Formats: sequence, structure tokens, C-alpha cells
Amino acid sequence: MLEIRNLHVSVSGNPILNGVDLDIGAGEVHAIMGPNGSGKSTLAHVLAGRDGYTVTAGEVRYRGRDLLALPAEMRAREGVFLAFQYPVEIPGVGNVYLLKAALNALRAHRGEPPLDAMDFLERVRAKLALLDMSEDLLYRPVNEGFSGGEKKRNEILQMAVMEPSLAILDETDSGLDIDALKVVAGGIEAMRSPERAMILVTHYQRLLDYVVPDHVHVLARGRIVASGDRELALELEKSGYAGLPTEAGAELRP
Amino acid sequence: MTRPGVAHFVDQFSRYAETLPGRGISWLSQLRRDAIERFVAGGLPTTRDEDWKYTSLRAVESRRFEAAAVPPSSVNVSALAGVALPDAHLMVFVDGRFRPDLSYGAHLPHGVLLADLGGLLAAPPDWLEPLLAEDADGGFTALNTAFMADGACLRLAPGTELAMPLQLLFVTAGANLAVQPRNLIVAGAGSRATIVEHHVGLDGRAYLANALTRIVAGPGACIEHVKLQQESMAAWHIAGVRARQAADSHFTSGSIALGGALARVGIDVSLEAEGAGCELAGLYVADGRQHMDHHTRVDHRKPGASSREHYRGVMAGESRAVFNGKVIVHADAQRSDAFQANHNLLLSDTAEVDTKPELEIYADDVKCGHGATVGQLDDDQIFYLRARGIDESSARALLTLAFARDSIDRIRTASLRRRIERLVERRLPVLQ
Repeated sequence: MLEIRNLHVSVSGNPILNGVDLDIGAGEVHAIMGPNGSGKSTLAHVLAGRDGYTVTAGEVRYRGRDLLALPAEMRAREGVFLAFQYPVEIPGVGNVYLLKAALNALRAHRGEPPLDAMDFLERVRAKLALLDMSEDLLYRPVNEGFSGGEKKRNEILQMAVMEPSLAILDETDSGLDIDALKVVAGGIEAMRSPERAMILVTHYQRLLDYVVPDHVHVLARGRIVASGDRELALELEKSGYAGLPTEAGAELRP
Repeated sequence: MTRPGVAHFVDQFSRYAETLPGRGISWLSQLRRDAIERFVAGGLPTTRDEDWKYTSLRAVESRRFEAAAVPPSSVNVSALAGVALPDAHLMVFVDGRFRPDLSYGAHLPHGVLLADLGGLLAAPPDWLEPLLAEDADGGFTALNTAFMADGACLRLAPGTELAMPLQLLFVTAGANLAVQPRNLIVAGAGSRATIVEHHVGLDGRAYLANALTRIVAGPGACIEHVKLQQESMAAWHIAGVRARQAADSHFTSGSIALGGALARVGIDVSLEAEGAGCELAGLYVADGRQHMDHHTRVDHRKPGASSREHYRGVMAGESRAVFNGKVIVHADAQRSDAFQANHNLLLSDTAEVDTKPELEIYADDVKCGHGATVGQLDDDQIFYLRARGIDESSARALLTLAFARDSIDRIRTASLRRRIERLVERRLPVLQ
């Protein structure tokens, strides 16, 4: 589904990613962990198509196509979804309006007619229940005045409605209390499917207690320095990033 | 020295004074003569006047506007389709003159008088004279008083209510005209009405519309006045809205400014008794080389009155906007509660705005707040929408409309809100 080859990215001349290689297949869940400043969020944003990042080398292929050549909105329409670490508040735009505009943009891209109001609402209501969200959040402006937990749930709601092929969740667990974490994790887990790949970008491994990844990668100084299974995440939790007993550990020390 | 622009208007006055309605009425003739004398003495404002510092009238002064359309423009009913509001009483004025053939009104409740000012001036009732005497001054007020020929007069007896909005549609179709509409709204105790003052012009026509609307709200009256300005992009639009409010009255003002090469709106509200409250909202949308100016003035004269102001501007191209909000809390006016906000969205690097709150407070127990911002569309918001499959230009349009909606949503009449939203929506592609 996604092949990242030797990806180098810099921001205003500063190299952030220094040769990332990653292969993600359909149905797989990959966790990307790493200390602050390791380039995790940069990787998530570059994949989603945010401006301000310069790809200096390497390539990213998504379902065989050059992902980096597509503008952000085309990536979204092609099934790439980014759940934001800091969901943006948009006063004056209703949450339900955004959901509908997003879904209809995808449908138009696939040559499908817009969903009628009843079918749309039915679909959204089912997802709301899954995320334990109250319906009035639909009629409020996007994320405006939402609590931290509501914002993160709203991201998962958007993902559930848009049904992406590749979901990138950037620190979706940050700022959540344990109850909210369980609900959000339940929402993510429910989205797992053989057709869908997921990337969980996270600093801590606690989300991984609820959404067990198939693969875990450690990103440090802009490179993947260790890859393994769930055990790697547990080990990191025990010994911290600097305590990695591998070649990676050496790289992590300043 | 008489400036050339002034001399031209004086010449027009000597030519047309005898054709204006009410020419045999001595107090009215005197009122007009006094006004033209005041105009000669004061002239049109210049950028040396503090209140006109950013708004130059040189282009207006250099034009030779005609006071009457010869021959009168032909406008038919089909031209008004899409402009007339649904479920509203409609009074149409073409080139400044009432057109009963284009107007219609459902049955008005007993105690509601709705008439064209031109007809009233020809045979004025007793109560009219004091309503026409001007307190506030200035060159444009004087011009309007000297030349006023028509407009709407709405008088609501105590306790009466106009269930449907009253749309006053001013259509200017003739080229090079100076039209000077005057509207009077007198609301008796506890009465209610919504008035939509709608100015439209024929595309490309250069003319001057100088409108003045006076509103007197009696105790407990509730009046909504929405000014929707869609003049020709080549026109000059100068308007005054002046409201006086008695105890516990409520006045809602909306000013939606979309058209005109230069458009200036002065909104003056005098809160003259306890419990009076006003909510003033506005939206100006400008592109190209349009110039939009809103000057508000709220006088808190008695204790316990409140005022709220929410003005927003969306500007593109090389447009320019001015917002000046003056709030005066007089010495008597303890427990005044005043708030004012002006937010501007600049969509180009070459658009400019001058925003200035002016608070003069002479009482000590008051609550006054104000805020002004000038900003651009937020890149984070644009990316967020793009990440949800919405293309960049749609995202920008959506965010611009979202910004404008704060002002639009403050208009109480739903059909009007939708109309305005559509008008703004239609402008969006040009603005991006």
C-alpha cells in the first residue's frame, strides 16, 4: 500500500528526515515511536501533503503511485487520511457541514453522486454512537470549544465517515485521559480491516495496549533506527529511548 | 472661496428647487434654503476633517450630477424579480422617486401608516415638520435636506406590529444622477417592525446616492433596520442611519455593504433613556479599488443602556476599508454596558484597512469593551480542510464565508439572512 524509500525532508533548510525507509501493506497497523523532535510528526505531515516541507531526496509510492506529486486534497480523495495531533478550530463552519463536504468530495472523485441528507445522517449517527459522541457536536462549529478529548474523537469520527485506505494518526492518544483513550482506541480498532493500513504515530506506548500494532518502528534523528513487533514498544516503555540496547541506542544519545 | 463641487450643487438647487415636492409649503422651502446655505458654508467634507481622514471625496466633487432623471428610467416588474424579498411589503423607488406601480403591500394593521415621503411633503401633516428638522449636521445631510424628494415614511401606533418585513428598494438606473432618499421610521411604544433598506444600481452606472434614514423608537419599541447596499460598482454611496431610542426600546441595525466605488455609512444611535439597547452589526465586502467606510457613533445618555457592535470586513484586490466606532458614555449614564468589535480579513497583500475604536467615557460605573483585528486566512485551517479532500480554492471560499457569517447570522429575519449569504457566496470566487 505504502512504500517509503530513502525519504529526506527539510524544513527551512534544516534536515528533519534523513533517509526513512518503510513498507506498509494493506491490513497492517504500524506504530511509529520516537522521542520528541525525532521527525514523527514531520513524516505524518509530509505524507498528508502539508506545504512547507521540502523533499530533498527519496520517494513515496502509495498504491503504486507517486504520492508526493499529489496535492493534499487529492491524497485525501485517494484515501489517505491524517488525524491531526492538534485538530484545528474552524468557527463559522458546522461540523456536519465539513463531514458532508469531505464525504462528497471523495464521492465526486470516485464518480459517485452526493449522498442524500438522510443516508448521510444515518451513516454519521452510527459512527457517533461508536465513539460515544453526542449528536449536538455535529451542529457546533468544527472543533470550536471542544474539549481535548472531543477534538480527538472528532478526528476519529471524520476517519470513520471517510473510510480511508491509509490512516495516519498523529499522536491521537496525547492529552487523553484513560476513559477517553479507551473510547478513541475502540474507534480505531473498529476501523481495522484487511483493506486498510494504519500508521499510529505516538510518543508513548499506552495506545498500543488497546490497538495492538503488527509492527513497531523507532524513529530517531530522522531515520528508522529499530523495527520490531509489539515487544519493542514494551521494551521502550521500560528503558526509555536512550536505553535501547542496540545500535539504535547509540544513535539516540546526543 | 466656493469649491467647484459646491457651486454645481447650488446651481442644481436653483434649477430644481421649484420642482421638488412641497414647494408651496413655506416652512419646507425655508428648511431647504437653510440647508443649501449650510452646505455652501460647510461644503463637502474633506480629508482634513477628522471623520473623513481616510475617505476622499475628490471624485464626487469633480462630477456634475443631475438632480433629476430626464427622461425617467424605465424599470419594469420583471427587472425586480430576484431582488424583491419573499413575504415582504415592498416599496420601490426608481431614481429616487416612488413607483407605486412596482410596489405592493399586504394589508397593514390598523394604526400603521406607510406612505411615500414625496406625497407627504406635498401636503405635510403636522407631525412631519419636527421629524425633518436635522440636529446632526454635515455636508451630505444638508444636501439631502435641500434636495429630498422621496423616501418611505413608516409610522407605527403604540402596540402595533408589522408582521412581515418592509423592503424599501431604491433602484438607480439613470446615469450621472444624484438621488437623495429620506426615510422616516417612527415607532410608537411597544411597536415592532423590520425594515430592509435595499439599494441597488444598474451595472456600470456612475451616480451619487445620498440616503438618510431617521428612526425614532418609542418606549419598549423593537425595530430592526437592515441596510443592504448593492450599488453599481461605479457609484458613490453615502448613507446615514440615525436612531433615537426611548426607555427599554431595542434597535437592531445591520449594514451589509457590497457595492459602490466608494461607500460610506454613518450610523448614529442615541440611547436616551434607561434600558434602551442596540445591536449594530455590519459586513463589508470589497475588491478591486472599492472603498468602504463605516462610521458608528453610540451615545449613552442615560443610565443602564447597552450597546453591542459587531462589524466585519472582507477585502481583496486593492480595496480599502475604514471602520471608526465612537462610543460616548455621558456623565449621567452610569451602568452603561458597551461593547464593540471590528474584525477584518485581508485576502490580498494590497488591501488596506484603518480601524479605530474611539471611547469617550464620562461616567465611572460603566462596562466598556472593544477589540479590533486585521488578519488573513489561517494556513492551518486551509490545510485541515484540504486534508479532508476539499480543494484549496473551495477551502478559502468556505473560510471566508465562515468569517463573514458571524455578521450575517446577527440579522434576525431568516429570509434576509439567506439572501445575504447567497450574495456574499456569489462574490467569493472574485475575492480569492
